[in-house]
Amino acid sequence: MKNGFEAAIVGIAAFIALMGAAFSRDALFQAHAWVLFFVLVVSTILLVRRVKFVSDGDSATDDTSGYMDGVVRYGVIATIFWGLAGFLVGVLIASQMAWPVLNIEPWFNFGRLRPLHTSAVIFAFGGNALIATSFYVVQRTSSARLFGGNLAWFVFWGYQLFIVMAATGYLLGITQSKEYAEPEWYVDIWLTIVWVAYLVVFAGTLVKRKEPHIYVANWFYLSFIITVAMLHLVNNAAIPVSFLGVKSYSLFSGVQDALTQWWYGHNAVGFFLTAGFLGMMYYFVPKQVNRPVYSYRLSIVHFWGLIFLYIWAGPHHLHYTALPDWAQTLGMVFSIMLWMPSWGGMINGLMTLSGAWDKLRTDPIVRMMVISIAFYGMSTFEGPVMSIKSVNALSHYTDWTIGHVHSGALGWNGMVSFAAIYYLVPKLWNRERLYSLRLVNWHVWLATLGIVVYASVMWVAGITQGLMWREYDDQGFLVNSFVETVSAIHILYVMRTFGGLLYLSGALLMAYNVYRTIRGDIRKEAPMGAPAALSPAE
Amino acid sequence: MDYSTLRNLADSWGLLYLFLVFVGVVLFTFRPGSRKQAEKNANIPLKEDKQDVR
Repeated sequence: MKNGFEAAIVGIAAFIALMGAAFSRDALFQAHAWVLFFVLVVSTILLVRRVKFVSDGDSATDDTSGYMDGVVRYGVIATIFWGLAGFLVGVLIASQMAWPVLNIEPWFNFGRLRPLHTSAVIFAFGGNALIATSFYVVQRTSSARLFGGNLAWFVFWGYQLFIVMAATGYLLGITQSKEYAEPEWYVDIWLTIVWVAYLVVFAGTLVKRKEPHIYVANWFYLSFIITVAMLHLVNNAAIPVSFLGVKSYSLFSGVQDALTQWWYGHNAVGFFLTAGFLGMMYYFVPKQVNRPVYSYRLSIVHFWGLIFLYIWAGPHHLHYTALPDWAQTLGMVFSIMLWMPSWGGMINGLMTLSGAWDKLRTDPIVRMMVISIAFYGMSTFEGPVMSIKSVNALSHYTDWTIGHVHSGALGWNGMVSFAAIYYLVPKLWNRERLYSLRLVNWHVWLATLGIVVYASVMWVAGITQGLMWREYDDQGFLVNSFVETVSAIHILYVMRTFGGLLYLSGALLMAYNVYRTIRGDIRKEAPMGAPAALSPAE
Repeated sequence: MDYSTLRNLADSWGLLYLFLVFVGVVLFTFRPGSRKQAEKNANIPLKEDKQDVR
C-alpha cells in the first residue's frame, strides 16, 4: 500500500490543525490554523487518491536503482511557479509605489505584500532552485542515489508547506517584524524540522558517495545548508506568548536584537543567495560549456575566503545607529575584504569559458550564465562600496539599496537559476533539447534589459533621495520635506515597474518553453548564431 | 564569562586562531603536488552520468 502511511500522518496533522483553530488564543492564529487545516485536508485527499493497494510492479515508480530525479522534477516546476508568483507580486508592489491607489486594505497593501514578494523570490523561488539543483548535483558528483528514500519528498513538500504558511501569514498580518525572517515562531519551528531533514538527505548522500573526493559545488551547498540552519535558529530564538497564539518575543532586545537580525540578514545574502548559488555555478557552468572549472584550487580558496569573511559583514547594515562604532567599522572592513573572494570566484566562473568563448554566439544558455556571473561580480563590487561608512551615509535607507539588491537577485540569482533550469529540463524529462533556443535568447535579453532599467533608475532615485534628505539651508534647516523627495522620484518608480515587467515577461517565456519541452515538442527554427537564410546545414 | 572577557578572547586568541586556520587552508590548497589532484577533481562533473548507482 503506497502513500497509506503518509496519508494517515497528514490526516492526523489536519485534525491537529483543526484543534488549533478551535482552541486558538487569537483570531489571527485561528485564521492561520484554518489555512493549515484546509491545505492538509486537500493533501490528504490527494495522497489517498494515489494510494496503491496492490503493487502493480510498475518499475518506473518503484525503481530505486538510479538517481532519484522525481523530486528534482517537482523542484524545477515549483521553482518556475514560485518565480512567476514572486515576480508578479514584485511588479504589483512596484506599481503600488507608483500608484498608491493600488493598495487594497488590509490584505493587499504594500506593507503585507512586500514581505510576500521578498520571501517568494528568495525563499520560494531561490530556495526551491537550491533544493532541486543540490539534489541533482550531489547525486551526479557523488555517483550515489539520494540518502533517506522518501525523506527527500518530505523535504520538498514540507518546504512548500512552509512557503504557503509564511505567505498566508504575511497577508493575514502575522509577522515578527524581522526582515527576511518575518514568519512567527510556529512556522519557524516547522522550517527547522524540514531543514534538518534536508541536511540529513544531503549529508547522507555525501557519506555514501562512490566518488572519493567531494566536488567543490557540494562544499558550497553544504555550507549553505548548515549556515542557514545556524542563522535561522539564533535569529528566531523567541518565547511565544501562548501555545496557540501568534505572538512571540525575541530573546534579544534593543541593539543586540538589531545586530543579531543583521548578522542573520546579511548571511542570508552570503550563504543563501551567494554560497548556494555558487554551488550551482560550479556545476552547471562546467557542464554547459563542457570544460572543467578554470582553477579548482582557486575555487577552494574562494570557498574558504567567503566562509571566513562573510559572517562578519552584517554590521554594515547598522551604520550610524546605536551599534558601537568599532562594530560598524568591523563590518565595513570585512565587507571590503569580501571583494577578494568574490572577484576570485567571478574570474574563476568566467574563465571556465576560456577556449570556448565562441559558445556565447551559439548557446543562449551560456550567454545567460555569463550575464549572471557578470552581475555577481558587479553586485559584489557595489556592495562593499556601499558598506563604506561615508558612502553609506548617502545610500542608506534610499532606493540605491533596492537597486543593489535587485542587480544581485535578478542578475546573479535569477539568471543562474534560469540557466540551471534550461540545462535540467531536457535532461530530467529525457528530451533531445529544449523546445526553442530562440525563446531562451528572448528571455536572456528581456531579463537583462529589465535588470538594467531597474538598477539604473534605482541608482538615480536613490542618489536623488540621499542628496535631498541631507540638504541644509544656511540656517541649518532641512530644505526638503519627505513628500518632496517622493514626488521627485515618482517617474523613476514608474520606470522601475516597467523594468520589472520586462523581467516577468522573460520568465513567462521560460515557463512556456519549459512546458513545451516537457510535452516533447521541438520548434523548427534556424540554429542560433547562424544567418537564418544562408546556412541550410551546419 | 561576561561581555568583556568574550570580547577580549575574540579579538586576540580567537582572531589569531581563525587567521592561522585560514592561512593553513590556503597553504594546504597550494601544497606541492596538489595541481594534479585538483585537475582530477575538477573533472568530476564532466564524467558521464552513470545511471546505475546501487
